[in-house]
Amino acid sequence: MSSGKVITHIPESGRDAIFRVWRGDSTAGQFVDYKIRVQPGMVVLDAIHQIQAEQANDLAVRWNCKAGKCGSCSAEVNGMPRLMCMTRLDMLDLDMPVIVEPMKAFPSIRDLVTDVSWNYAVKKRIRPFRPRKPDAPDGTWRMQQDDVDRVQEFRKCIECFLCQDVCHVLRDHHKHDEFIGPRFLVYSAALEMHPLDAEHRVGDLKNEHGIGYCNITKCCTKVCPEHITITDNAIIPLKERVVDEFYDPVTRLFRIFRPKKA
Amino acid sequence: MAQINVPLPQLRKLGETSRRDRWWLAPLLTFLGLSAFIVYSTWAALQGEHYFVPGTEYLSPMYSPVLFDSWKIAAPSGHAWFGPWPDWLPKTLLFIPITPAFLILWAPGGFRFTCYYYRGAYYKAFWADPVNCAVGEPGFRGKAYRGEKKLPLIFQNVHRYFFYIAVLFIFLLSYDAIISYWFHDAAGHGHFGIGVGSLVLTLNPILLGCYTFGCHVYRHLVGGRKDEMSKLGPRKKVYDCVSCLNRRHMMWAWFSLFWVGFTDFYVRMVSMGVIHDIRIL
Repeated sequence: MSSGKVITHIPESGRDAIFRVWRGDSTAGQFVDYKIRVQPGMVVLDAIHQIQAEQANDLAVRWNCKAGKCGSCSAEVNGMPRLMCMTRLDMLDLDMPVIVEPMKAFPSIRDLVTDVSWNYAVKKRIRPFRPRKPDAPDGTWRMQQDDVDRVQEFRKCIECFLCQDVCHVLRDHHKHDEFIGPRFLVYSAALEMHPLDAEHRVGDLKNEHGIGYCNITKCCTKVCPEHITITDNAIIPLKERVVDEFYDPVTRLFRIFRPKKA
Repeated sequence: MAQINVPLPQLRKLGETSRRDRWWLAPLLTFLGLSAFIVYSTWAALQGEHYFVPGTEYLSPMYSPVLFDSWKIAAPSGHAWFGPWPDWLPKTLLFIPITPAFLILWAPGGFRFTCYYYRGAYYKAFWADPVNCAVGEPGFRGKAYRGEKKLPLIFQNVHRYFFYIAVLFIFLLSYDAIISYWFHDAAGHGHFGIGVGSLVLTLNPILLGCYTFGCHVYRHLVGGRKDEMSKLGPRKKVYDCVSCLNRRHMMWAWFSLFWVGFTDFYVRMVSMGVIHDIRIL
């Protein structure tokens, strides 16, 4: 994994580099090497576009903003899930072929494009935001900055699904039918910890959404391009809420006397 | 739950990856570090002697609190809560000696075993589950993976109860640190002093405190469970402090682990006469 520091100096005149790109679909495929001339400042997505323009017009790649905000160009560069548009070539060792593959946790459609529609179906199954009764007679609410600071971090998510891709529960164990993945645990946390939200999702998290499958590898946190502290700030606090409700006899006892969400 | 109807890529074999970095290094270091501690602490716990230094109040953290003095020592340590080893407690189990350490080590051991940081670390280092991010796992698990959702790892949810006990240990080890500044001369008179051992024993509860009070469970209990942080009052400051420690939880986990081992080693060496404890004051 590149740490963000410059590994390869690319001269102003450019230099040659080899890109080993996955070509294929859901049934079969292979790596194909493309040698191109790269320039300073280029990112992996630029290189893929150059290959597409000069050598492989039929190379399929999904992209949009080229600014790390749309989450479209997710792929695996030298084995690590990354946004291609945010991976500078000088962060990679260009003396070796740069391996560019599609995400592994989702079905391949063609070349670098995967079918991420499973994520949209999962999102629909999470109970939506349900605000508590308004605080003021005019139908408005009052919140302090301290109340929203925590959930604002989760709202930085651009839904690139890199965290879903790197999560071994989905990637290696294919638990798509029992586990919603780190992206939607963050989404659940954003809703569940929202100061105005009155919905209750902890039971869903334990039973239908499989939060117990997470074994805290923190890989999701490592690959997040928005630097959301997924594991420590979203998943573990949710796990603790599940413990409160289902596994800790003392808090279960206290909850009898505690007022429920409005 | 939504299902995928299009075939997913083939599962990868153990260690199979396109990663070019030294992905094996972190789990290897974790494996070596934890193994070294487990081996040393088990050996130290089996000894049943040299866990205190006569003439001082130095006491190994691996034996503190001393519920009963070890049956292996002739003279009382002066640290035992309930006196000498009682007759109703066996001295060995299947030829393995039972010492005072075994009566208490389950508590800090359980706290670390169920710690969120250590869980992620040893799942990788010892069980290759996964061996590291985006690296193939042993193929036998496949879809049979159970995570912490089912037995046996569902018991990791007991972590908060180990936390409560760990807090108690912080106070006990802090007491040990305070009394380590008290020395006895040949006539049995006590006096204040500072030895290198006092400093070693003082740093121990400090590092353990940074680890224990940065625990994810404590962060949850002190305020994380609330949605409206502004209503926490003074606890918001505590929550912020815990969050601050929590951001370096891994660092505190390793520092404190190493120092517990080193403190026992120092006390043991001084007790055995291998090294001389230098008195600063």
